[in-house]
Amino acid sequence: MYQTNDYEGMLAETVTLQGHGGDTINAYLARPLGPGPFPAMVLIHHAPGWDEIYREFTRRFAAHGYITITPNLFFRDGHGTPEDVGSSVRASGGADDALVVGDVEGAIRLLRSLPYASGKVGVFGTCSGGRHGFLAGCQLTGIDAIVECWGGNVVAAPEDLTPKRPVAPIDLTASLSAPLLGIFGNDDRSPTPEQVDQHEAELKQLGKDYAFHRYDGAGHGFFYYDRPNYRATQAIDGWKKVWAFLSARLG
Amino acid sequence: MCTMITERAGIDLGRGKSGPDWFVVNEANVSYDHPYDLPLEHALNIDFVNAAGGPGARVAVELSVEAARRLVQTIEAVLARAEQRGVLEDIPLA
Repeated sequence: MYQTNDYEGMLAETVTLQGHGGDTINAYLARPLGPGPFPAMVLIHHAPGWDEIYREFTRRFAAHGYITITPNLFFRDGHGTPEDVGSSVRASGGADDALVVGDVEGAIRLLRSLPYASGKVGVFGTCSGGRHGFLAGCQLTGIDAIVECWGGNVVAAPEDLTPKRPVAPIDLTASLSAPLLGIFGNDDRSPTPEQVDQHEAELKQLGKDYAFHRYDGAGHGFFYYDRPNYRATQAIDGWKKVWAFLSARLG
Repeated sequence: MCTMITERAGIDLGRGKSGPDWFVVNEANVSYDHPYDLPLEHALNIDFVNAAGGPGARVAVELSVEAARRLVQTIEAVLARAEQRGVLEDIPLA
């Protein structure tokens, strides 16, 4: 924990990395200054886009001691304001799962190559990013911790599957290879409490290493302090759960 | 959550304006999903876009469900009145 006589410094900048298929995409990287070794995090941004709150989340994780990278998952969809690009991606049916997982894999590869990295890497995502975080944990190996915040559509009916989202992530639970922390609001309508129950039951039945925290009085996106769904009390506790989990799993 | 409920309507003839200049719009992307600015979890969002103009070629509105339904009814009512008066036209002036 930070002490008032500690030195603290951070470097935050836009970088590039090789994502899915070797594609060059951009990303926002923030890291504590110093020789390390530091654990690392990949943040998976939500459907609204590679936006300001995710840049702030990136710096926040770095302030907590993690080399943190947030790939621009919409890089291939053109450039403009995050809202304009996000709207364009929304109209085309959202992000492609295979590309997202490939980009996350590329981000992990970059993080592990850094001389000041400890080698431990976690993943964090909210909303569609929470779903993608869980999906990455099922389709990739070598992730040391996953934080899934209110991942919608982890449970999905066959009629809701699309070429870009061809599988319901819950059906891949057997392949989950990393410890999972889940954060959910009990007033959320997707995932509904019943879907979170299903998600948890599958993890439990398969003997996975997980912990779910479910908050009354909170709906979807309750960490987003710039949206009306923000719930301070629940968000403060949720962040404490996130830091404790990552500290235990990544150091 | 991200509902991913979205539909795309082709627009054969249209113009939009989001800055000082008008531009051709050839699609309306309609979704019921997270709005960017309206203080609701979900809204009826309409983006009038020029598909070839890049992400910024967009006129956006975010509406409550009630407002969206009223808009649909109002459009239909206006078109019906114009049709009754025999002034409907969809042929561009030369």
